[in-house]
Amino acid sequence: MGAFDFAVIFDNLPFLMKGMQTTLLLTALAMFGGIVLGTLLAMARISSITVVSVVAASYINFFRSLPLILVIFWFYFLVPLVLGQPVGGFYSVLVAFTLFEAAYYAEIIRAGITSVRSGQFQAARALGLSYAQSMRFIVLPQAFRAMTPVLLTQGIILFQDTSLVYVVGLKDFLVSAELIANRDQRLIEMFTFVAIVYLIISYSASQGVRLLQRRMQR
Amino acid sequence: MITFENVNKFYGDFQVLKECSTHVNAQEVVVVCGPSGSGKSTLIKCVNGLEPIHSGKITVNDVSVGDKATDLNKLRARIGMVFQNFELFPHLSVLQNIRLAQEKVLNRSQSDSLDRAHALLERVGLSNQADKFPSQLSGGQQQRVAIARGLAMDPVVMLFDEPTSALDPEMINEVLDVMVQLAQEGMTMMVVTHEMGFAKRVADRVIFMDEGQIVEDEKTDVFFSNPRSDRAKDFLSKILNH
Repeated sequence: MGAFDFAVIFDNLPFLMKGMQTTLLLTALAMFGGIVLGTLLAMARISSITVVSVVAASYINFFRSLPLILVIFWFYFLVPLVLGQPVGGFYSVLVAFTLFEAAYYAEIIRAGITSVRSGQFQAARALGLSYAQSMRFIVLPQAFRAMTPVLLTQGIILFQDTSLVYVVGLKDFLVSAELIANRDQRLIEMFTFVAIVYLIISYSASQGVRLLQRRMQR
Repeated sequence: MITFENVNKFYGDFQVLKECSTHVNAQEVVVVCGPSGSGKSTLIKCVNGLEPIHSGKITVNDVSVGDKATDLNKLRARIGMVFQNFELFPHLSVLQNIRLAQEKVLNRSQSDSLDRAHALLERVGLSNQADKFPSQLSGGQQQRVAIARGLAMDPVVMLFDEPTSALDPEMINEVLDVMVQLAQEGMTMMVVTHEMGFAKRVADRVIFMDEGQIVEDEKTDVFFSNPRSDRAKDFLSKILNH
């Protein structure tokens, strides 16, 4: 047996793929949930009703002040306690990521909403559209169009951050690879492989975002 | 049709409207003019409640705009408004711009809103631009679409807030032509503008504002031939002498 044996990767490919599935599913669901919740938070944040705005601002500042790893850890114990039953690692980290990411998405979306000229909102209201209709049909579509590259970039960061589920032992891509690495004593091969996969996915995604950005500017 | 009774409005400590009282009768065309910062745009935006007032009363068809019991969305649907910067919705096609509020506010069917949109585009001379997006149109064309968008709601009155100020000179007339036609058809109009030619041609009355006050409120020929206040004389000499 030589110093390096990359066969360990191919031998365990199905197991690694399953880990990658968990990583991607967690990224996609947390991104979706985070954007939905973040949109509501952003609208609450800019509300003229002071109570609503202050509650939203407090939520955003609270989560932005905590380390992600703490939130994951904390929710791992908190979520089953609140629900009164065990929910499994995946759902507890999904809740943690969704609530955490929502705070960041909210700030991005808020910037998007404020970038839409106020005259657009006025024109919508002048036609008799309600506040909610004006947001839904006029302001938010323009805000999301402008913010898509930033939202996607935040998604790439989220993709990398999901590896922090390591602390609660959820079998994502990184943890799956680490299990095999330890079992077969192939730490360098495995972690090199993991690094390359993360690099390829993140780099091509961010290149995709750049391409999109350039097409939008034309 | 529209009445203003002792309307006052403040931006912080600054009083933008001071005891403004006037009216616009049905089928009347009233032009509001005055130096910039005189409060004329603010006055017109109070009519549909885009700008709230602090005291006084504004009514449209006997409905009080500031009354809490008034359904503002319902009232606004019947008050057309055209903005200085057009404010067409850039993510919607010309046709969708004209159809959206018809369907979402008036609950018209898709075929009704489509028919109405096509008819109005024909009327403003843009039937061949229906599927374009606002960014593909010239300023004059955009403003004509904005007028069509307002008319699609079958308004009882049309408000114009400096509709030609953001236009290149060669495009001003195509917009004014549509407005003149509208006035001649009997539309009730309140128009904030510096286009004194337009005022002379179609306005029944001219309101002159300065520093938040209505300084003159006269029949058009009287206003131009014999303005009473020095401020109006000064304004007219500056705007007409070149």
